[in-house]
This record gives sequence, C-alpha cells and structure tokens, in this order.
Amino acid sequence: MTTPRFTALVVGLAAAGTALAVRLVANDYLFSAGYTVLQFVVLASAWNILGGFTGYVNFGSAAFFALGVYSSVVLNNLFPAPVALCVAAGTAVAALVGLGMGYLTLRLRGVFFAIATLAFAQVLLTFVVNWDFVGGARGAYLVLRHGPPPGFRSNAQWLFAVMALMAAGSLALARWVQTSTMGRGLAAIRDDEVAAECAGVPTLRLKLASTALSGGLMGMAGATFPYFLLYVEPGGVFSLSYAVNSIAMPLIGGMHSWAGPLLGALLLGIAQQVLQVTVSADWNLFLVGALLVVFVTVAPEGIVGWARRRRPSEAPP
Amino acid sequence: MSEPLLVARGVTRRFGGFLALDQVDLSVSAGERVGLIGPNGSGKSTLVNCIAGTLRHGAGSIRFDGRDVGGLAPHRRVRLGIARSFQIPRPFASMTVRENLLVPLSYADGSRPRRDRAALADEAMAILRQVGLEAKADRRSGELTQVDMRKLELARAVAARPKLLVSDEAMAGLSSSEMDDIIGILLEMKGRGIAVVLIEHIMRAVVRFSERIAVLVAGRKVADGAPETVLRHPEVERAYLGQ
Repeated sequence: MTTPRFTALVVGLAAAGTALAVRLVANDYLFSAGYTVLQFVVLASAWNILGGFTGYVNFGSAAFFALGVYSSVVLNNLFPAPVALCVAAGTAVAALVGLGMGYLTLRLRGVFFAIATLAFAQVLLTFVVNWDFVGGARGAYLVLRHGPPPGFRSNAQWLFAVMALMAAGSLALARWVQTSTMGRGLAAIRDDEVAAECAGVPTLRLKLASTALSGGLMGMAGATFPYFLLYVEPGGVFSLSYAVNSIAMPLIGGMHSWAGPLLGALLLGIAQQVLQVTVSADWNLFLVGALLVVFVTVAPEGIVGWARRRRPSEAPP
Repeated sequence: MSEPLLVARGVTRRFGGFLALDQVDLSVSAGERVGLIGPNGSGKSTLVNCIAGTLRHGAGSIRFDGRDVGGLAPHRRVRLGIARSFQIPRPFASMTVRENLLVPLSYADGSRPRRDRAALADEAMAILRQVGLEAKADRRSGELTQVDMRKLELARAVAARPKLLVSDEAMAGLSSSEMDDIIGILLEMKGRGIAVVLIEHIMRAVVRFSERIAVLVAGRKVADGAPETVLRHPEVERAYLGQ
C-alpha cells in the first residue's frame, strides 16, 4: 500500500472510530482511558523510530513528552491558546531539542547514548522544577476558557478525538519512515554504522532526522496533556512510567515494524487501564516488568517478529 | 597524460606516539589492479581506512578523480567512487542478502536520479548473479557462511558503482577453491572498469591478481612495481623471510 493511501486509511479509521464512539459511548471515563492508551500509541511509535529503526535506545522519552506539556503551559500562561497551536508548538520545540540533543550525543553508542538521554531528562526536570513561570515544583493549573467544540459533549471526548488523529498521524509517519529509502538507511545504521557509512549512507544526517522526528512526536503527545489533566506537575510529567512504557511497548510488539509499537501499546495500555480500575494503580509497572521478562525470553523479536516466524511453518505443504 | 585515479601523497597517520603511516605515496590508475602487501602491523589497513575516510589522515593529501577528498566523510567518498570491503565481514545482519545490496544501490550514487524499486531489485540480482549468491538472495545475511559473507562484502562494494574498490583481506581463512572464487570475482572488476587495490597476506593470490605490487613495512612504502621485481627486492625479502 502506498503511503498516501495508508495515511488516508488510518486517519479515516481514527475519524470514523471517534465519531462512532462519541455517538455510542456515554461514559466519559472510557474516553479518558482511551486517550491514555492512544497517547502511548504515539509515544511508542515515536520511540521506535529512534530505538527500533535506528538502534539508539532513548531513556529520555519523558523529557520530550514534558517539552510538549510545558510548551502548552507556557503558551496558556501567555494567552488562551487553542489546542492546535499548542500541538504545533510542542511538536516543534521537542523536534528542535531532539535535533540538538542528537547532535551532541549521537557519537555515543549503546549504553552510553542511553545514559546521556537519561541524564538529559534529569537536567530538564531540574530546569522545570526551578522555573517559576511554569509553576516550578508546585505544578501548573490550566483553566479552560471554552467548552469542547460543537459535536463533542465533553472535554474528554474532544481530546480523545485529537489524540486519535495524532496516533493515526504517528502510525502513518512511522510506516513511511520504515518503508522509505530513509528506513533502509536507518536499518543499515542499526545493523552496522561503519558499514552503512561506507555504503554511502549519510549516517549523521539520518540519525539527526530520526531524533528530530522521534522527539517531535513525543512532544506532540505531551502538548494536549495539560488540557487533559488541567493540572500538571513535574513529578507526574517526568514520571518513569513514560520512559519505561515507551521502551516496553515496542519491545513487546516488535521493534522492526511500525505495527509493533501499535500492538504493544494497545496490549500494555489497555491491560494497565484495566488493572488500574480492577486491582490497583500500583500494579501497572509490575505488569510491564512481568510482560517484558516473558517477551524477552519467549519472543525477543516481539509479537510481530514472532508472528512472522510462525507463518512459514503454518503454511500448508 | 591525465592524473591517475587515486593519488595519495605523503600520507601520514599517528596513533599517539606510534607512527602507523609514514609519508606513504600510492597512485592507482583507472582499471588498474594493485596488490598491497606487508607484514602484520605494517599499516595496510590504516592506509585503507585513510583512503575510504573511516580514519582521517594527518599530513599529506589524498586526491581521487582529480579532487582532494581528504576532508570528506566516508559516504561522500563512496559517492565519488571509492568503495571498500571489510577485513572482517560486516553484513547488515537483520537484512536479507538482496536488501544488503539495496543500501548502496539507493544511497551510494548521489548523482543518479532515484529509480523505482523494481529496477533497484533487478540490479541487485544482477550483481548477486555475478558473485554467485543469487540462490541465497532471500537468506538473512547474518546466517551466511564465511566465504559467502566475503562475496557479499564484494557485491555490496560493487553495488556502490565504484571506480576504485579497496579489498581488505577478502581471502583470509578461506580454502584454496574458495580463494579461486574470490579471485575470479576480483578479476571480473576489470571488465567493469573498476580499479582494485587488493590487500592480502596470501602471496599466491596477490601474485596471480596484481599487475603491480606495493609493499608497506612498518608504515613506510619500501617497494612499488612489477610483481617479479618487487618480490626480489632485498627489503621485501628481509621483511618476509628474515635475514
């Protein structure tokens, strides 16, 4: 399937799904839960562009997410900013910071790159905690000046729709990256960076594109977060659960394909929401850890890799 | 007469206090087959890395096809026509053999307009046929045997459409019939107008292949000329056979 067709398909599905849900589902909780799951679809797809396609493990997802969150907070402190503007700003800021961080750290490989991203998240956290304009450690409130746009009965429904579109966009972008010439170059970098360079791949440029895209999408996911919670504070925004989940979801779903993060995010995200309601919120990360152990031992290439490997043996002789 | 394809002049490279290359001159004409020999640690691989750009040289200059390439990143040099194979094969292990070739085919020739995927895949298959890997096109490259990995290294270098191929010990550890396969592939480069610099320890292969042999000893070039003269050179005999 060509990229424009696929994009039209996922965006169409997201729009149709949202329209149907708004019509049929009355319970606002389900929209909130759905928003959280879709947010993880975006984060996992974004992480996978750098982590799965390019082979650079980013432990700083929360930092890029936070860049989106605090871009919105800043804009809303200045004037009653519309959601679309905040999404654009959050994406741009996170993409630019991704580019800068990439430039500074991409010469590090493996564990060293991962540690640098972790450190970057801590630096940004410290910065936000001490920045009074965005509320510092106290956190920031966001006051909604308008109700949801016509056609939506509640704020949760409206944000769910926005997040569904962003998730569709992220999947389309991830799939485009994977299937394009760029994806082939990124895969070559992941397999062997020196050999890639010697095969004509402009490795630095591609890695920078990869960090910028990955960071930008994470910022995009964060931009609507203040509208969703109406109160954000650094401890929650920089929570370890974002970093862990955005790594665990592609790992469980499969890292070599755009479909992996989608499957992983749906599986883990929904399971976490169910656990949160039925058992307790504290079991979330336990579930992630347990599933990670299972998948790393049983299906190290994730659900997608496992399914691909099974297919030939299941084919009739 | 116009300038040779590759002209390295006074190339010097230090690693800390160790002088790995000491003012090495090397020139290669278009389509020429040059053997580069020397004992272990004599600087052969360092010279390859400086020519390909994976290492920056210190003093001296490297000109290729009439322009100075000394400051260019490796991928830019590949696009100008310098391809290399690695001493220890470095396949893109998650890809199939065919996909390995699609990387240089899509990236290495910057001047060529982008062609459709079917044309690229055909071209990859044509190259694989020439090196005898067509039956394994859909295998994962990480699962190949040693000799097939060496062939893949060469095929991937050819897929970059080079004018110069630097082959870094493509035959180490192979049996003699496998070696003949590789030499056959390298000899075919002449037909494509590709100059080859062959770095090798196995003297039989070097003598059979080379029109000219250059000898590095301890970072200096001690001899350069026709194979029979070079091998009788006293310093070469001393380096290889001892006194």
